[in-house]
Amino acid sequence: MALNNGNGKPRRVVGKPFRKVDARAKCTGETRFADDITLPRQLYAKLLRAPVPHALIKSIDVSKAQKLKGVVAIITGKDMPIPYGILPVSQDEHALCIDRVRFVGDPVAAVAAIDEDTAFEAMNLIEVDYEPLEQIASIEEALRVSEPRIHEYGIEGNIHKKVSLEFGDVEEGFAEADLVREDVFFYEGNTHLPLEQHAALAHFDADEKLTLWSATQTPHYVHRALAKVLGIAASHIRVIATPNGGGFGGKSDPFNHEVVVSKLAMLTRRPVKVTLTREEVFYCHRGRHPVLMWIKTGVKRDGAITAMHFRSILDGGAYGSYGVASTFYTGALQTVTYNVPRYKFEGLRLFTNKPPCGPKRGHGTPQPRFALEAHLDKIAEQLGLDPVDIRRNHLAPAYSVTANYLRIGSMGLGQCIDKLVEASGWKEKFGKLPYGRGVGFACSSYICGAGLPIYWNSMPHSGVQLRLDRQGGVCVQCGSIDIGQGSDSILAYIVAEVLGIDPFDIRVITADTDLTPVDLGSYSSRVTLMTGNAALQAAERARELLTIAASEKLGAPIENISFAERRVFDVENPETGVSFAEAVVLAESKFGTIGTVGSYTPPRSPGRFKGAGVGPSPAYSYSAAVAEVDVDAETGIVIVDRIWIAHDIGQSINPTLVMGQVEGGVYMGLGEALMEEMAYRGNRNVVHKFPSMLEYKSPTTLEMCDVKTILVEDPDPNGPFGAKEVGQGPLLPVPPAVVNAIYDAVGIRIDEVPATPEKVLAALKSKAQGKEGRYGPLGVPAVDWPEPSRVPTPAEGGDGKEIPPLAAHVKD
Amino acid sequence: MAGRKNQKVQIQFILNGEQAEVAFAPHKTLLEVLREDLQLTGTKHGCELGECGVCTVLIDGQPILSCLALGLDAEGREVTTVEGMATAEGLHPLQETFADLGAAQCGYCTPGFLLTAKELLEKNPAPNRDEIKEALSGNLCRCTGYIKIYEAVELAAARMRGEQAEPARESIYGIE
Repeated sequence: MALNNGNGKPRRVVGKPFRKVDARAKCTGETRFADDITLPRQLYAKLLRAPVPHALIKSIDVSKAQKLKGVVAIITGKDMPIPYGILPVSQDEHALCIDRVRFVGDPVAAVAAIDEDTAFEAMNLIEVDYEPLEQIASIEEALRVSEPRIHEYGIEGNIHKKVSLEFGDVEEGFAEADLVREDVFFYEGNTHLPLEQHAALAHFDADEKLTLWSATQTPHYVHRALAKVLGIAASHIRVIATPNGGGFGGKSDPFNHEVVVSKLAMLTRRPVKVTLTREEVFYCHRGRHPVLMWIKTGVKRDGAITAMHFRSILDGGAYGSYGVASTFYTGALQTVTYNVPRYKFEGLRLFTNKPPCGPKRGHGTPQPRFALEAHLDKIAEQLGLDPVDIRRNHLAPAYSVTANYLRIGSMGLGQCIDKLVEASGWKEKFGKLPYGRGVGFACSSYICGAGLPIYWNSMPHSGVQLRLDRQGGVCVQCGSIDIGQGSDSILAYIVAEVLGIDPFDIRVITADTDLTPVDLGSYSSRVTLMTGNAALQAAERARELLTIAASEKLGAPIENISFAERRVFDVENPETGVSFAEAVVLAESKFGTIGTVGSYTPPRSPGRFKGAGVGPSPAYSYSAAVAEVDVDAETGIVIVDRIWIAHDIGQSINPTLVMGQVEGGVYMGLGEALMEEMAYRGNRNVVHKFPSMLEYKSPTTLEMCDVKTILVEDPDPNGPFGAKEVGQGPLLPVPPAVVNAIYDAVGIRIDEVPATPEKVLAALKSKAQGKEGRYGPLGVPAVDWPEPSRVPTPAEGGDGKEIPPLAAHVKD
Repeated sequence: MAGRKNQKVQIQFILNGEQAEVAFAPHKTLLEVLREDLQLTGTKHGCELGECGVCTVLIDGQPILSCLALGLDAEGREVTTVEGMATAEGLHPLQETFADLGAAQCGYCTPGFLLTAKELLEKNPAPNRDEIKEALSGNLCRCTGYIKIYEAVELAAARMRGEQAEPARESIYGIE
């Protein structure tokens, strides 16, 4: 059937700056966040958290707390003995610690009481006897101290994960190079700091069904974790993700407080709510891993890379979380921007007695991107090349497969660079501004959704259900959760485009495990591409039913039936048509109730080696940025005046939302570049130095720079209408662009972010004394790296599989 | 302790233009009274120490941090929350432009920004970019990078001055 799918017709919704479908509610206070929901007879929960970083729990005495008037229930770890965790390989968390605490903030008991004050008072009456264990506060300590182990699983001692992969022979590549350079970098950990503290409300009803409302980015994974830990059928659990008041990756794990309120609701048969304090949000963390990195690159005189070897050591904190994936991500995307014919990656994740690290905007990739782009700046200088040219002349080709088996689709980085150079006046500025002022350049790329699911299965990553009613109403249902990025709106825009109606005609129901088909969640920049494709399929299927029915009624050939402006009509005779609502009546009369579904599964990636699961994506977005900075050599204060950024979005579904994500990404990158850090007192109980918004510095309006954005549209065949991601990618080039600009301004290399005034001053002082004008780590600790899995590259005729270990030895 | 804590105080004040009366435990902050005793959950909490600005409300037209004020402080005063910005005639111009320009992403900080901006525009109908930054510097936003917020305030200001203003092409499509 030659269906007229509207391709080639002017678009009425996609690419247009509609407001978000939920925008007005967010401006009137009507949006109900998790803590805004209250139920009759509701109790309040508080979690008692460990004041020590590493200890055995000898005893917990709740008797005094139990006697306090208003206390309804108290639970401890033994009430929920089944472990959970986001990754199947890291089921290492308990809702409340059973026999051991692993960081200051690890919860040991929980109280449900008639009000928050009583719960707080009761919490302080619980007596816990701890037997302290040696604390492990840093990468160095975790490598040195193998006993006590923070966890009984992992590689050995406090090493959680070790990875070694080699694609092609890097030594051969280094031998061919005209210059081989090594550098060391450190990227300090930082946190998401969503303005909404995590909150959850659980209700166990008379039919023994549990409902949890929670500020989560991953209702599906919370659903799975609750079923596992609570021991009740998933079909009796309903998880409703409330609109997230900011996520950035910080609400992507199943959390102890979600399990705790569910358990307390089951025990008390009353609704139980918890709202974390800001201090507790710092303990939930799952933010940016601190990563120590070493990079060695061989280049030809013209800057062409012959080989790259990258090592990263991650300070993982006290639990696994997404850490195994994070580790692989620190080594995955180095190859998708510039042509890297041979590539070796070694990665290590350690357990330490600090809040667990996990995914923050850019998940595991801003750290290596910072290292790579600062490293390339140094190589360019050494070769006497312009930092732009060394990149622009050696881009990874579009529609190619990298040495580490990532399939690149559309690749608009060249266009991004060209437009950026012109708009920023790079050529007139680089190396030519007065002392104290400088420009820096960097590029980056990010995935549009992970190619593989978190738990192994062959089902779709995203599902959409569409319901059309006979009065013309359209309801789109999807498991995705809007965390502010506008995912609810994207569903409405895409359905509206296909069905020729207005996005505001559509009712959007999302993130409710009872009502919506599974979507894996709002992480890995997957939502627009994956839910968008699912919505597109569901809408096209509905369009087909309406087309057939309308064609019969209108006596017009099927291929002529078109949809626009709430009408279904003969495109050759536009007067002949019916209203959209009438078309639904015709279709319902012919076919019965009109409902369609759509789903999306990413294409299979070409990598077949162990570890090939992290990095593949249906598409890659690209960004390039120029930062212009002012460095005060007296105070060390760096002021970023302006950032120009070009982003290859594939196709904007809504340019206003794309601009908002670009600007927000630049903002968050600026905070990481200049001030944000999770810092601990290693010698004093590994307490967080400042678990509050007063002292955890983040940019206000006064620190935020001006942003000039260029959108490049290089449509990707895998994206809905060609769309790619924008939620995370634009953060990535910002930290390296800033440190490269500092070098242009005052001639010092800040190889460690955040680039605080202290570090800038230290480097300036060192330079003034005739030493290297640099601040950063001096080396990386010796690590017993395993023999790498050797994978021949596509250029070498590889099939994506590793050479069996025996053969690899023979080769050696 | 429990007995004393439960002894409520009662106050009268003007809330969003209407006479209001509410009883609450005297230690409660204005934020808690608004959210818990008056069910006006549009006012948010974020940091508990007056740093983030999401709890901003207007008292007698001035922006204050309701997490640092006691409920008792509202006695006899005029309090405006985000719920009081729209009228039967429609949204406040700031609400309109924040929604249209994407100045509200997750929306959690939005009520605080709206009220702070409202006071700014009442005081200064034509603020320049630096004056807007200065006025909003006590409100944190983690989503937008503030740019769309500035643009929304500027557009609303122009419209409130009676100008036929539209968003700049650059703020929607970027630079060409």
